Amino acid sequence: MVQYYETRLDASFAALSDATRRGVLEQLSRADASITDLAGKFHMTLTGMKKHVGVLERAALVTTEKAGRVRTCRLGTRALEEEAAWIERHRQLWSARFDALDKIVEHLKCKEKADARRKRR
Amino acid sequence: MPEGKEGNPAAMNRTGVEREADRELVVTRTFNAPAHIVFEAWSKPELFKRWWVPKSLGMSMLSCDMDVRTGGAYRFVFRHPAFDQPMAFFGTYREVTPHKRLVWTNEESDQGAVTTVTFEENAGKTLVTLHELYPTKAARDEALAGSAEGLPEQFAQLDELLAGRS
Repeated sequence: MVQYYETRLDASFAALSDATRRGVLEQLSRADASITDLAGKFHMTLTGMKKHVGVLERAALVTTEKAGRVRTCRLGTRALEEEAAWIERHRQLWSARFDALDKIVEHLKCKEKADARRKRR
Repeated sequence: MPEGKEGNPAAMNRTGVEREADRELVVTRTFNAPAHIVFEAWSKPELFKRWWVPKSLGMSMLSCDMDVRTGGAYRFVFRHPAFDQPMAFFGTYREVTPHKRLVWTNEESDQGAVTTVTFEENAGKTLVTLHELYPTKAARDEALAGSAEGLPEQFAQLDELLAGRS
């Protein structure tokens, strides 16, 4: 289960490492689009766009469906939610850590002030 | 990558977490104290162990050895209730410039990151920037899920998994 999750994350991050693919995801978040639409929007050949969509599809970030001669791409919402949740959990860890550090720093600062006052007396 | 929703309304207490380039992670936060105080909390083991593993993570630090000087070594040992065996994390301080900069290696595996922390004081406040550089992109992505930082999350998942099975 955990293994599966990690493999999925690897595929997702690899897919997200490319600016065009991030652009495609952004585009699909607004509306479904065919490969031809996407190739036009990103000034790319059909073959090039097919490759990008393939990477996104294998990472389960995008699903595609062929109707007649048109392949429609849409966002794999569940995968994106997982990604966002992962980043949020990571941020929560650092926030928790730094909140604890905040308290210690505050305590040290008060102590330093108190020591300085004592020395002046 | 944009930041998620903030639980803390105070802007200066925001913790920024970003994935930069392919092999990097950057975390930033401003602390309301001069740099020498913030640095002290990073370089004295008795202070460091009180915040590096916050209670909310469910882990405890069994030991915390830090020889904070250029070339000095560190070794942390953690325990989590879900695991029988404690885990050790260790490495070397590559650079220690008091109140300004800390650089250390993570040597548990050959995929460990080099961590650089800078302390920048401005008007009595200190901006802390933590930067992790991994040897490969795969190591970074995996480490985010599997390193000391990511472990608590994995443990939480494992906890859920175990709870579901029992």
